[in-house]
Amino acid sequence: MSYEVITKNEQQESEKLTVSRRWLLLKFGIAFNGLVGLALVTPVIRYLLSPVKRDASYKSWIPLGPVKDFPLGETRLATFVNPFRRPWDGETAGVACYVRHVAARQFQVFAVNCAHLGCPVRWFPQSQLFMCPCHGGVYYADGARASGPPERGLFTYDYKIVDGQLHIDAGQMPTLSNTAKLVKIGNAKGNYPCAG
Amino acid sequence: MRRIKGIYDWLEQRLQLEGPVKDAAMHPVPRKTASWWYVFGSAAFTLLFLQIVTGILLALVYVPSAGEAWSSLNVLNHQLELGWFLRAMHGWGSNFMVAVVLVHMAQVFMFGSYKYPRELTWILGVFLLLMTLGMAFTGQVLRFDQDAYWGLGIGASIISRVPMIGGSLVHLLLGGPIIAGATLSRFFALHVFVIPGLMLVFACLHVWMVLKLGINEWPMPGRIVRRSTYLQEYHKLTHEDGVPFVPVALWKDAVFSAAVVAAVAVCAFAFGPYGPSGTPDPTVIQTVPKPDFFFLWIYAALAYLPPSLETPFILIVPVIGIVILLGLPFYASEGEKSWYRRPVAVLLLCIVAVSWGTLTHLGTFTPWSPHMDAWSGDPVPPRYLHDATPLVRQGAVVFQSKQCRNCHAVGGVGGQRGPALDSIASRMTEDQMIRQVLQGGGNMPAYGKNLSPAEVTALVSFLETLHPSNEVPAVDASRKEVQTSQANPGPELKK
Repeated sequence: MSYEVITKNEQQESEKLTVSRRWLLLKFGIAFNGLVGLALVTPVIRYLLSPVKRDASYKSWIPLGPVKDFPLGETRLATFVNPFRRPWDGETAGVACYVRHVAARQFQVFAVNCAHLGCPVRWFPQSQLFMCPCHGGVYYADGARASGPPERGLFTYDYKIVDGQLHIDAGQMPTLSNTAKLVKIGNAKGNYPCAG
Repeated sequence: MRRIKGIYDWLEQRLQLEGPVKDAAMHPVPRKTASWWYVFGSAAFTLLFLQIVTGILLALVYVPSAGEAWSSLNVLNHQLELGWFLRAMHGWGSNFMVAVVLVHMAQVFMFGSYKYPRELTWILGVFLLLMTLGMAFTGQVLRFDQDAYWGLGIGASIISRVPMIGGSLVHLLLGGPIIAGATLSRFFALHVFVIPGLMLVFACLHVWMVLKLGINEWPMPGRIVRRSTYLQEYHKLTHEDGVPFVPVALWKDAVFSAAVVAAVAVCAFAFGPYGPSGTPDPTVIQTVPKPDFFFLWIYAALAYLPPSLETPFILIVPVIGIVILLGLPFYASEGEKSWYRRPVAVLLLCIVAVSWGTLTHLGTFTPWSPHMDAWSGDPVPPRYLHDATPLVRQGAVVFQSKQCRNCHAVGGVGGQRGPALDSIASRMTEDQMIRQVLQGGGNMPAYGKNLSPAEVTALVSFLETLHPSNEVPAVDASRKEVQTSQANPGPELKK
């Protein structure tokens, strides 16, 4: 009787021991997995975040064509191929913009994307207005906001003229986060896009 | 027969599924829950599987490449046997799924099913709703056409408004600086792997909890949910007045699910697949992008919000909405379940449903959008130009050629952005019209720079003729006075 009791106790004792040792080993196993996982995941996060770059690194100077293609006083639709294209982009590598030839060497190059939510605005030379088909944003010929939900005028690209060719600084879909540079306007000076 | 039994026994000996399946099937449910009101959850689950099956069949052909996706969809539509039908099933299946999930959610909300102990079931349900909407949006992107392209543009523009990290989020969403190949690839991964995988896990857990906690009983006024007593009461209800889930309740689920799938097939057959519309070529800007049906309400809300409220609204309101949905079972985990005793809940559901319906309805005909082709496509009704003077006719030409028609309807045709002008002369005087045309205002652009004085005169003389025959045109009361006083100077002036 007493012998049996002792063996039972011993068994329980030894089981407890084994169990706790195994628990320790399991904990070690989990920790080891965590460590390996962390070591693998950290670089993968960088892989996931790889599209996130500074705006400047996505932009470059792109030729739009000879200046004489854009008659003085008119606004024309121009297209270019995005400099960061990939072979499988197909038609989506193309980008459109409006070129307004203001004076001899003075241009305005507008993104087609409405400053409200990015829909393509259409130019109506008869009424000298840009109209957006989505929510009814309207802009004047100089890109200034005329009416509708947009908070600002059309996005513009920086331009330069090299050897008779018009170049623009582009490469990114213009949105409020990367193009909106709100400028405080002085009295009666215009200066779109403006904050007031 | 014996052979089949033999195979069954062989499998059962190894799988041992008979016990758990039998338990699940035969578990008692409250008698009144064997109702047609309780069939929407199972229908949503059936639709999820329909979407998976049709999705896999489409994936056999679809090419998730920005350069090829559009043409592969056209091959599906036109060159493969029944390819169009599978696309239509998948598209209509998605519509039905969103609808059934919303109805299911409204039903469990009305029945107070989110209360103790089913809080987590509701929370998983909220995530399942969000994922269903996520699938609808990513699916619309995979239909890589003009609407998909510009829809992504709208998505990117919304995200870009997040303070500080907006630009980075746009890069993450698009997979680069513009909407292109990388964008489609990541939406394909989301639509085909990430979201459906999560959905399956969540949906299975959702059903598991329904089995373990029991289906919500039919709410009775005065039967209050209390944490301390609910489980006991529910146990009593199911065991004293319960019926086995199979077959008493399940047959209705089965019939409804089959009816829903049949309805999807009928719609698919009758209405055909969605698009694809024009090629996703961003240099083709003659397009009027529009989201799919279930996002029309957002599209409408974005048109009506005042500009200053827009960014806070689109960034904050969805978060608040989701937090309210997730917090609901904790705020109201006890108490009445019956809609007879929950007037606020009923009212709330009605308000949400009516607002959603109104915004969606508006979204179907977008009164805020200019009709881009109205100026060249919709003629001025000839009856407006009967016996018109040359000046008035010239004004009608100006009215058309300067795109006024894009925003203003005449004779019931044209844009609805601005007011219809059929009776404008009885509302505005000549001077008011001239001012409005030149200076704009009230959401109308100013035409001062774009119209010559002669054109303005012609335009306004045309507008002056637009009034019902039984109404006189509005006139400036003081003008008549001035004219008469100029013609016959009064006694004061004579002195």
